[in-house]
Amino acid sequence: MRAVERVFREEYGRVVASLVRRFGDIDVAEEAAGEALVAALEKWPDTGVPPNPGGWLTTTAGNRAIDRLRREGQRDAKHQAAVMVYDDTPHEPTGPVEDDRLRLLFTCCHPALAPEARVALTLRLLGGLSVAEIAQAFLVPETTMGQRITRAKKKIAAAHVPYRVPAAADLPERLGGVLTVLFLIGNEGYLASGEGAPLRTDLMDEAVRLARQLRRLLPDEPEVAGLLALLLLLEARRDARVRDGQLVTLADQDRAGWDRALIAEGHGLVRECLATGRPGRFQVLAAINAVHTDAPSAQDTDWSQVVALYDQLLRFDPSPVVALNRAVAVAELDGPEVALALVDRLPLEGYHAWYAARADLLRRLGRSGEARDAYDAALAATRNSAERAYLQRRRGELV
Amino acid sequence: MAHYLLSVHGPAERGEFGDYGSREAMEEAFAATGAFNEELKTSGYWVFAGGLEPAATATVVDGRGEAPVLSDGPYLETKELIGGFWVVDVPDLDVALSLAAAGSKACRGVVEVRPFEGVA
Repeated sequence: MRAVERVFREEYGRVVASLVRRFGDIDVAEEAAGEALVAALEKWPDTGVPPNPGGWLTTTAGNRAIDRLRREGQRDAKHQAAVMVYDDTPHEPTGPVEDDRLRLLFTCCHPALAPEARVALTLRLLGGLSVAEIAQAFLVPETTMGQRITRAKKKIAAAHVPYRVPAAADLPERLGGVLTVLFLIGNEGYLASGEGAPLRTDLMDEAVRLARQLRRLLPDEPEVAGLLALLLLLEARRDARVRDGQLVTLADQDRAGWDRALIAEGHGLVRECLATGRPGRFQVLAAINAVHTDAPSAQDTDWSQVVALYDQLLRFDPSPVVALNRAVAVAELDGPEVALALVDRLPLEGYHAWYAARADLLRRLGRSGEARDAYDAALAATRNSAERAYLQRRRGELV
Repeated sequence: MAHYLLSVHGPAERGEFGDYGSREAMEEAFAATGAFNEELKTSGYWVFAGGLEPAATATVVDGRGEAPVLSDGPYLETKELIGGFWVVDVPDLDVALSLAAAGSKACRGVVEVRPFEGVA
């Protein structure tokens, strides 16, 4: 990816969040951020990327927004926003945390918005993902996703959804949606759904950063600690997960390439959660990853503990995706035949990880023809370049 | 500040005690709603509120033609109708939602919160 696009992706959430605070209007913020990108694309190839690209983009976008609001200053709704530009009275206190992105996150995750819209809107506004990429991640048509995002933005404006972190008393009930959205952003960073970079490090960094802020805000919420631990333990394995453009599975990763400091921090958080004794979905997910990162090698993994943790996870999240991951662990404990029977029962047609898991189990059972078909189906279902390269190699190794 | 309609929905058909199961329950709900109305006025969010007569008392008027056409009954055939409402003027949706929660508890009904596009 070109430097300009990479910088823009990394800075998008910060630029948009700061413009939303300043102008109080998501559409104005997005349009101005887009114009700033065009300006950067014109200018930076000649002048080079400025030393503080985020500041450059925010300033440029702010100026573009003011120009636009001046031009359209006669119209009522925009006039209001234009007045704000010249209004030098201080902003009202915005809540317990002074961070634009966290405020925008809580706005996107407002309970008045439909759950699927919350995630999509957050990925769009904070992650800078295109509507097409979000549609791909959710396996829905692009037009559907576009309408969902437009409707949510319209509701925020028309219903006056406040742009702030809610008061401390309201935080716990808003938390579930926010944690889910951060988890999904982390997932997209861990294995991107689109055709660009296979790992979206900018998204994972953002998810970790926001999770750390949430933890400062809510130090006694074990699920916040659990989510942070989970993200850290995923992030710790980042450098070992792709080699020569190919995805490297957990079993084949060079464990010396794992980030020990992040693992230690993640394990500390998991121990803290265990001591609290109020388990939840993200704590259990973190515990599973703690078992993996604890083992000196894949063979030394305590698979019975992993399966037991997945059993516990199914009580919090009885989804077929969790059942699929459990089956993959069962394969290590009870063999591929038992696992395949479990996998085949799951309604995950169209899901790349389901085909990939089937392909691997069929390969281990020596059922090469069926494995080949499953690899083909997995290849058809993913656009991630590193995953495709891995699947192609595996398919080619079949005899 | 922004205006919201907080509308209470209930069955189209009302029994002897309105939407409530007994006289006691009805009186309790009326008392709680009265107290909630007082709070709204004290807080400065109050614009207007009222309970509506049963939907069977409605008359629909179509004045689009040369002579108005009147028909008996409500506009929509439905099992659920608006039974009453508040109009409030509050800083944002969060305040409207917390008032709706208190109003719902007081009147024992589900409340829909809907922003006004503008107020004439």
